[in-house]
Amino acid sequence: MGRMQDERSFSSVARLTRRATLLGAGAMVLASGARAQRTASRTIRAVMHGPLRLLDPIATTAYISRDHGYMIYDTLVAADENFQPRPQMAEWDISGDRLTYTFTLRDGLAWHDGQPVTAEDCVASLKRWWQRDVMGQLLAGYTASLEAADPRTIALRLKQPVGFVLDALGKPSSNVPFMMPRRVAETPATQLITDTTGSGPFKFVREEFQPGVRSIYVKNEAYRPRAEPPSWASGGKPVKVDRVEWIVMPDAQTAVNALANGEIDYIDEPQVDLLRLLEGNDDIVVRNNNKFGLQVIARMNFLAPPFNDVRLRRAAMLSLKQESFLAAMVGDRRGYTLCGAMFVCGTPLATDIGSESLVRGNGVTEARRLLREAGYDGKPIRIIQPTDVNTQKTQPIVGAQFLRQAGFNVELLPMDWQTAVATRGNARLAAEGGWHMFFTAFGGADVSNPLTSLPLNAAGLDGFAGWPSDPELQALRIRFAEASNLQERQEIAVRLQQRALDQVIYIPLGQVATPAAWSARLRGVLDGPAVPYFWNMERV
Amino acid sequence: MSKVHLHLVEPRRLRMLRVLPGLMRAPLVALSGLVLAVILGAALLASWLAPHDPGLLDPVMRLRPASADHPLGTDSYGRDLLSRVLHGARVSLAIGVGTTIVAVAVGLAVGLIAGFFRRLDAVVMRVVDGLMAIPNVLLAITIVTLSGASLWTVIIAITIPEVPRVIRLVRSVVLSVREEHYVEAAIALGSPLRRILWRHVLPNSFAPLIVQGSYVCASAILTEAVLSFLGAGINPVTPSWGNIMADGRGFFRLRPELIFWPGLCVSLTILSINILGDALRDTLDPRLIKRGGER
Amino acid sequence: MSGFILRRILASIPVLLVVAVAVFMLLRLTPGDPASVIAGDNATVEQLARIRDQLGLDKPFHRQFAEWILRLLEGDFGTSIISGTPVMRLIADRIEPTLSLALSTITLSVLIAVPLGALAAARQGSLLDRTVIALCIIGFSVPVFVIAYGLIQIFAVQLRWLPVQGFRSISLGIWPFAERLIMPTLALTFLYMALIARMTRTSVLEVLGEDFVRTARAKGITEAAVFLRHALRNAAVPIVTIIGIGFALLISGVVVTESVFNLPGIGRLTIDAVLARDYPVVQAVILLSSLLYVVINLAIDVIYVALDPRIRY
Repeated sequence: MGRMQDERSFSSVARLTRRATLLGAGAMVLASGARAQRTASRTIRAVMHGPLRLLDPIATTAYISRDHGYMIYDTLVAADENFQPRPQMAEWDISGDRLTYTFTLRDGLAWHDGQPVTAEDCVASLKRWWQRDVMGQLLAGYTASLEAADPRTIALRLKQPVGFVLDALGKPSSNVPFMMPRRVAETPATQLITDTTGSGPFKFVREEFQPGVRSIYVKNEAYRPRAEPPSWASGGKPVKVDRVEWIVMPDAQTAVNALANGEIDYIDEPQVDLLRLLEGNDDIVVRNNNKFGLQVIARMNFLAPPFNDVRLRRAAMLSLKQESFLAAMVGDRRGYTLCGAMFVCGTPLATDIGSESLVRGNGVTEARRLLREAGYDGKPIRIIQPTDVNTQKTQPIVGAQFLRQAGFNVELLPMDWQTAVATRGNARLAAEGGWHMFFTAFGGADVSNPLTSLPLNAAGLDGFAGWPSDPELQALRIRFAEASNLQERQEIAVRLQQRALDQVIYIPLGQVATPAAWSARLRGVLDGPAVPYFWNMERV
Repeated sequence: MSKVHLHLVEPRRLRMLRVLPGLMRAPLVALSGLVLAVILGAALLASWLAPHDPGLLDPVMRLRPASADHPLGTDSYGRDLLSRVLHGARVSLAIGVGTTIVAVAVGLAVGLIAGFFRRLDAVVMRVVDGLMAIPNVLLAITIVTLSGASLWTVIIAITIPEVPRVIRLVRSVVLSVREEHYVEAAIALGSPLRRILWRHVLPNSFAPLIVQGSYVCASAILTEAVLSFLGAGINPVTPSWGNIMADGRGFFRLRPELIFWPGLCVSLTILSINILGDALRDTLDPRLIKRGGER
Repeated sequence: MSGFILRRILASIPVLLVVAVAVFMLLRLTPGDPASVIAGDNATVEQLARIRDQLGLDKPFHRQFAEWILRLLEGDFGTSIISGTPVMRLIADRIEPTLSLALSTITLSVLIAVPLGALAAARQGSLLDRTVIALCIIGFSVPVFVIAYGLIQIFAVQLRWLPVQGFRSISLGIWPFAERLIMPTLALTFLYMALIARMTRTSVLEVLGEDFVRTARAKGITEAAVFLRHALRNAAVPIVTIIGIGFALLISGVVVTESVFNLPGIGRLTIDAVLARDYPVVQAVILLSSLLYVVINLAIDVIYVALDPRIRY
């Protein structure tokens, strides 16, 4: 009797197990079916180069915040692929004496909440932008007045004619003068905005935003793109998908695997070494769509010995060799370019004057001689060494070896990125000799113009960390600002680089142009200095 | 009348002498001893054994496979992997051993006190609860940034989160032992606390402590790797098995050797420590002796 | 017993306070603060000062602390400085992946490890025993990410049975939820199984040598009953300790696994907040994990009494 009971219960268990197995198998089939369905959907899933934290592209120069800005905001002017300013939200008229710029907003511009875009909004946005942006600050200095002449017209009056107004307003990279509603733009420039209303091609879905995990954007149905074809961030911005998801993926290996597996569609700045694994995979496109990439630089502390002595700065520069820095950072030769141009190779202002030793790596002997001649006292050079950010951690280690070869004593200061930023921003610590050198990288577009280049601004304590002060360089920058044609600008650019390298304002260590990787199903991927641009992209 | 000494338990010295040859005969234990000796030797002699300067970088030669010049290949900076692994032994062993010694010493002391003195127990365990709550990474980053990333700051940063676990373990043993009849008897007979601790509590704690100790050693070496991933380990210029793996993690599919070799060293070291530890524990455990060495 | 529990809860309050103060001070003593994160690369000294003022970072520490505690008591855990999201919302979003992973790992680990460890102890010295020891040591000396990458390579990339990464809430379907948890659970189980099995084996070995076991055997009780009813119960104390500690660790500290499998859990939240100096988030998470540890430790101590009636508090 007992045994029969056992058999029955055993068989019911067996039945349950069989059912569970069937369910499981069925679920697997369903799941893969669901996966197949998703691939035809109208969502793009992208892994960006970093997590979005600050939602304010004016208060910070962080590139991810700029990318976020391009999604939800629009600009009055935008540069095309020849660096020519083109009308975006507004057309312009320049008075005969070149002192008055009149911008007329085009039809159909509206905020995400439905309100029309007015000139007052734009004036307020510009006034917030030029408090923070380096080129904007310059423009503000030349401006007599900036106001809304009527609801659709913005009037900018200058004190004297300068040639960079449209370049400033069409600036492709940080800080981009994005247009925001007046109430948002009236937030003080040192306070983060909280309202993400814009007039751009996408809307930010605040309720689904999970900082450090994902950011969600949906198509702005009310957006009316321009008719011209897109060129960088200018021209038409037609949105061909319903939704864009930015997924934070901390592990580079996992991102590449996910792309290969079809779980994501785009990787911005993938780890270059890993791209080798995607070679031969016809479902993935690997292409460099940002020829400007990043310019790696070294920057010294001008406030304290030894680098307050230009001879020792020159000795340090002579000891460095670009290729080692770039190879350590990126590895694959296709990912970097040796380039002696401070204003980035491949641009109208590129020149390699004064940078031969950096590219050829033949300056060590001269470096040693200068070191002796300048009477180096042997005190260690302290180099800030960020240890947790992949794009920042290799340069100090490579730099230390070169400096030692030249005869410097070097002490590395390992710290996490935030501490590194705080340390290098601490002028008081620097004046006491707390640190002497750091390395960083700027977007190529940002350093390609002397007026937008943060490190080139030798304004002493009002400038970028390192705080060089050089009146001659600043005078050249003003002359550049006031130059009226390209040839004049090119001549001044040569003089600028010559002076900058002579004084070792900063050391250009070459260009890193990493390819992006995306699914072959993605069409319409644009090129540009601030890619990825998610308009014009579609999934087939 | 001659004095007769009665020992309830054989004096440890004699016991060890008796057991040692048996210990050495077991081939696994002997092998472990050998492996550990080799690793220790490699660590001490690293400067002579290493074919290259472990810090000499040559980025153009990065991520190369094994070759005559670089028997294990090169890392992401073009540095010789073999030299770095040899030098890395020093740091990793120092971190493992240092952490274990400090954690066990402190944990033992505090755990004994907590287990025995009920009034102190409440206070101590609340502090222990609190300590366990602070993530070791936050602590490590703070200590390292405040006082620089040196070997000792990293050891302290890794040890502090391990101590509460040892305390808990010792305390739980003490709590159990305290209730044993013979301990109650000893207390009733007026035996001094010191002797009770020494003769009864301590021997019973050896076994779990050795197990915990070997775990702490492994955990320390691996925690150092995690800290290196996050940029809060020792300066990555100085190699340790942990930070060689941290550096190599991003290139795992291209050059698994960067993970494999230091990982193998870690595993072998820990394996040997554990086997030896087990053997030591088995010989020293009074109760296993009473069983007459039944296996 | 209830008196004991009540006393423990009351005793925990000052501890939580001490933790709160310690974390608060630790954060503010660390170089770098959220102001420099927000200010970015090209803020002037004056702008930095203004940001700091807005965030209230220049107020004396005890005032900042008091304000935080008072708001805490009102149930307001504060707002993330960096992202402007309420802290509670940030934590709530991350609980599900963390809890799911922790529960599945601990359950699987215990189910495998405890019997395995006990069996190894029962057959001490045998091939099984030695194999278990070796597996345990391999288990905790192989880095988690190695196992993780290996699993991904085999099951996701080659066989394509499972997705590479990500987390899907169980409310969106059981299978999408489960399939994304399988590999992370396996990777972590490898480690936790090793820890638990090892401790089980040692603990059971201890107990098997006890007098009362020999007595039980002498009384004629079968080996199995001796094992199950007498040995295991007494061996349980350290085992339960390890399990409790393991669970707490799984909640707060599996950053590497969360990173490799892209699970948006509490580990990543904490590290990101620490590295970004997002004070309110770090403070809240640590305070909550202290609470968790207190609760777990209390549970462990209660279980001690249930298992070993000789233990009195």
